[in-house]
Amino acid sequence: MELTYEVEGGNFSKAGHASSSIKKVLKQLNVDPKVVKRVVVALYEAEVNVVAHAYNGIITARVEQGSVSIEVRDQGPGIPDIPLAMQAGYSTASAKVREMGFGAGMGLPNMKKNVDVLNISSQVGVGTRVELITYF
Amino acid sequence: MEISTVVSLLDARVVCGHQRLSEPLRAAFASDLMSDVLTLDTDGLVLITGMCNTQTIRTAEMSDIACVLLVRGKKATPDMVALACENNLVMLECAYSMYRTVGILYTHGLAPVY
Ligand SMILES: Nc1ncnc2c1ncn2[C@@H]1O[C@H](COP(=O)(O)OP(=O)(O)OP(=O)(O)O)[C@@H](O)[C@H]1O
Ligand SMILES: [Mg+2]
Repeated sequence: MELTYEVEGGNFSKAGHASSSIKKVLKQLNVDPKVVKRVVVALYEAEVNVVAHAYNGIITARVEQGSVSIEVRDQGPGIPDIPLAMQAGYSTASAKVREMGFGAGMGLPNMKKNVDVLNISSQVGVGTRVELITYF
Repeated sequence: MEISTVVSLLDARVVCGHQRLSEPLRAAFASDLMSDVLTLDTDGLVLITGMCNTQTIRTAEMSDIACVLLVRGKKATPDMVALACENNLVMLECAYSMYRTVGILYTHGLAPVY
């Protein structure tokens, strides 16, 4: 099964829409709740990153027997130094993002903790692609 | 501790989730930073927060947190109430400060996450 969602940069009122929808689908498919939580926490972090740091994005989730693969691709400023961005506490979040309760520099490390495979590639001035794979 | 005990100890208002008030809580976490909340993996949590926006509810939804307690007299917005109801969450509002709220719950034996 393949699901696709659009994400609007800067729009915090809609952030989480895709993650919520994918959570409902995984629950309906009777995936173990612990696995569902790991998948959707990581996806929500990625979705909020598009809202917080990029201009717009597309989420594609592929649910198969025994795995969930999610690609979050955005048009945005990109990440110049990925190992630096992966460090806990590193953040370039704006004051507006911090006011919403985000911007602690915990999102990428938390994605890494929750999924089996995290791949990030990015081109400065073009955008970022985050791939999250979970096996169950 | 049952959710209903939290309600009476704090003189809290139940905004939604009346049907779940007899459920037990295992621990509490107090934070206005959703980034930190998303790193937890404890079950049976109440999230105590003054962060009052739809992302608070989304964070609870993704983290399987059944109960959100808004402190400092914050009022849930209609968007938040709609999302909380849709996800079958318990949402409470309380007039006390964060410090007073956590002090009361801690002295009554509700455990911290760490
Ligand atoms: N999609 C993206 N586009 C551009 N930059 C990004 C993107 N995702 C992450 N970054 C960069 O990497 C940094 C670290 O990201 P991370 O998710 O760990 O923390 P954060 O989003 O700043 O805060 P938190 O996730 O704790 O709310 C960001 O501050 C930003 O500079
Ligand atoms: Mg982030």
